[in-house]
Amino acid sequence: MPKSEEAVQMGLLIDYEFCTNCHTCEVACKKELGLKPGEYGIKVLEDGPRRNPDGKWEWNYVPVPTSLCDLCEKRVAEGRKPTCVHHCQSGIMYYGPVEELAKKMTGKPNMVLYSK
Amino acid sequence: MSDEFNKELYKTDARWQEGEYTVTRTSVWTAPGCHNGCGVLLYSKNGKLEKVEGDPNASFNRGRLCLRCINMIEQVYNKDRLKWPMKRIGEKGENKWQRITWDEAYDIIENKYNEIKDNHGVESIATLVGTGRNSMWQPAVITRAIFGSPNLSFGFLSGDSCYQPRMTANLIKLGDCVISDCSQTHPLRENNPEWKKPEVIVVWGNNPLVSNGDGFMGHWIVDMMRLGTKLIVIDPALTWLAAKADIWLRIRPGSDAALAMALLNVIINEDLYDHDFVENWTYGFDDLVERVQEYPPDKVADITWIPKEQIIEAARMYAKAKPAAVQWGLAVDMQMAAMEASSAITDLMALTGNIDVPGGNIIQRYAYNRSKKYGSAIEYISEEMLLKRIGTYESPIHESGYTPFIPPDKLLECLETGRPYPVQMLWLQGTNPIANMAGEAPRVYAAMKKVPFCVVVDLFMTPSAVAFADLVLPAAMSVERDSFRAWWTPLRSIAKGAELYEQCKSDEEIVLDLGKRIRPDRFDQYNTITDYLDQLLQEDGGVEYDFNALVERVNDFWDWDYTYLKYEKGLLRKDGQPGFVTPTGMYEFTSPLFDVWGFDMLPHHIEPVEGPYTTPELMREYPFILTTGNRLWGCFHSEHRQMPTMREIHPDPMMDINPDTAQKLGLNEGDWAWLENRRGRCKQKVRFNVGLDAKVVRGEHGWWFPEKEGAEPTLFGVFDSNINNLTTMGVHGPTHYGAPYKSTICKIYKVTAENDQLSPTEIVTRKGGFGYAKK
Repeated sequence: MPKSEEAVQMGLLIDYEFCTNCHTCEVACKKELGLKPGEYGIKVLEDGPRRNPDGKWEWNYVPVPTSLCDLCEKRVAEGRKPTCVHHCQSGIMYYGPVEELAKKMTGKPNMVLYSK
Repeated sequence: MSDEFNKELYKTDARWQEGEYTVTRTSVWTAPGCHNGCGVLLYSKNGKLEKVEGDPNASFNRGRLCLRCINMIEQVYNKDRLKWPMKRIGEKGENKWQRITWDEAYDIIENKYNEIKDNHGVESIATLVGTGRNSMWQPAVITRAIFGSPNLSFGFLSGDSCYQPRMTANLIKLGDCVISDCSQTHPLRENNPEWKKPEVIVVWGNNPLVSNGDGFMGHWIVDMMRLGTKLIVIDPALTWLAAKADIWLRIRPGSDAALAMALLNVIINEDLYDHDFVENWTYGFDDLVERVQEYPPDKVADITWIPKEQIIEAARMYAKAKPAAVQWGLAVDMQMAAMEASSAITDLMALTGNIDVPGGNIIQRYAYNRSKKYGSAIEYISEEMLLKRIGTYESPIHESGYTPFIPPDKLLECLETGRPYPVQMLWLQGTNPIANMAGEAPRVYAAMKKVPFCVVVDLFMTPSAVAFADLVLPAAMSVERDSFRAWWTPLRSIAKGAELYEQCKSDEEIVLDLGKRIRPDRFDQYNTITDYLDQLLQEDGGVEYDFNALVERVNDFWDWDYTYLKYEKGLLRKDGQPGFVTPTGMYEFTSPLFDVWGFDMLPHHIEPVEGPYTTPELMREYPFILTTGNRLWGCFHSEHRQMPTMREIHPDPMMDINPDTAQKLGLNEGDWAWLENRRGRCKQKVRFNVGLDAKVVRGEHGWWFPEKEGAEPTLFGVFDSNINNLTTMGVHGPTHYGAPYKSTICKIYKVTAENDQLSPTEIVTRKGGFGYAKK
């Protein structure tokens, strides 16, 4: 049975393997939501850099949507993508039904799925 | 970003109405600054820009944008933006101004020009420009075609050390410039059937994700990584790219030429080079083979501080990858051996057969040859006047016209000594020398103070404007301009998407206004900016359409730029023959021109002037190697410091240091530290970088504080955190190219109340500087 549109849970899929900490999602979101300094709808968190036992460097950035994120309701209603997805410089953010996004992440390491 | 987007919403038209918004689809370049020209959608209402969105139909950026364009509104309507022309009413440095009209401003300039022309000669007008943005040809035309002076200079960038060494080495060796091929030259991008993915990219001397230098969008590297491209990163600091690289070569700053020679050594001695290319298309290979024997990996390991095994491994990985590209950057230019390193790295591209092949380093010219950049209007300068160029005849490569500037180091000497003649007027357009470009900034400050008359064209009241200007002219931003971009490809419209702010004028309008006043014989033929742009687009075999047609097209890819193997196809030389635009027609491993000019014909290592092997005694007092100029997300050089959003990300100037080193010095992360050497000192905040060598530190450039008092002695705090208190002027490589901005030395110690009594800016503006010159 296909779910009705209202029932479909939407989310963001982020391939953080290639997040470079360019701050684009943070600032695009601020501009879209009209946030003040210190306020974030999405914030990039850092892990590393440090060396792993094999000598390779571990250095990850992960954008985390906050409670202020409304998945760009207004933009989506206009037929656009959320502004972070549209502008992400690495092109690693995807918007869609969480079930579809979950399929997309199958087999690809270093992805995170956020539900709303 | 993705290839899938709403095609009804994101049209391919140039302009449309969307509800209450007028949407303009075009590109943005300058101002505010950056080296790229991303496709944008400008949403305006009643002539006011309301928002900016990345254009998914622009294959350059495919909808992506960085902070500068996303945050454009904050910049365009910033409360500090210059609104109208102003003339100085107090003393220089007092920051007292009177609003005047453009006509009054032009009257002042015209009168001053006539006075100088009659009493001193127009050559005593000199122009300073900044890095490569859409304010290159405009000041060149004002200087040469309007004032008639031959003296255009990089705004005190010692050794012309930004892209000039790399471009010049390219031009001498193969007659053209090469860039790394991430598919950007073709509208279909990765789907261009002829394109191949680079198997390896060598990221050499830049962090392109942040810097986006030379028209290269840094995140194209990430696009390639996602397709499976492997990286070799050459950088003294651990960058995100270095952490993701298969090989990170942590090089000692300023030793790039030696590293390149060792890579050449391994590739030649292990017979990993492209025999077909070397035998059929190159000149002087045997001489190179002999020279590289002086650079075995074990010896170069000592010079570069990179383990021998890593050098060998990197050479093999690069040489075996087919194709492979080198994405090089500014660090190559900012060392004594800039020309030599640039030459050797270009040799690597040639030796491995990666010149002009898909996914390699491809030959590019400005789209449809539509850009003369800094070289514009040189045809208006007579032979007699060319001979009056300041300092040019001391540098054979400048004299030969490879770089359209007078050497900045020689201009500084001229200001200081009045020889060969005193400079009566400085014209600064889009440059803020003492905050950014000028090495040994306190010395440049003192020298510029001597010039009787100075005009500054800029967006904000900068420290340089306060310190030197008699007249300040407010420039338009990119979104308010009609212009175009042809660096590299595609040819892109820059179309006005918002009305001009207050009384601002575009650089193009200033050219035309001044041209009509001072040289009506040259400029009365143009009624409008559009007339002038039409000519720039069409003259000398350009495009067949006019500016308005370009605005409709938005962008236009030139097929020449995406044609591969142009040297085989006879597309480079004027005679239509296969080969390169060089004296031998070949790629030149040994450069006969270098011999003519009295330089070594082959690349070689040159030690930094200050360092462990050249000045071991000095190192006892100044034990750290200082590298400067790493880029900031969202801030371009000295720009963007007025913007609350950018300052939220970058509240303070930061210096990077290995945490163990910091601990030994009693420094914690977030402490303020002095960086000091013989020439001066500045203070920046401590940030740990675990990858940095214990003996290397890194300092940021471009810092001034618009939130502080503008009048001297505060002068927006321009010298307080100024890393150029420590760098040099007049110290450059043997070819007059390359200066050690990235390889000086310093000591580090904690800022305390006791040692911070008098600010560096007060020392420079009130006490005559740090006293280095007097020593």
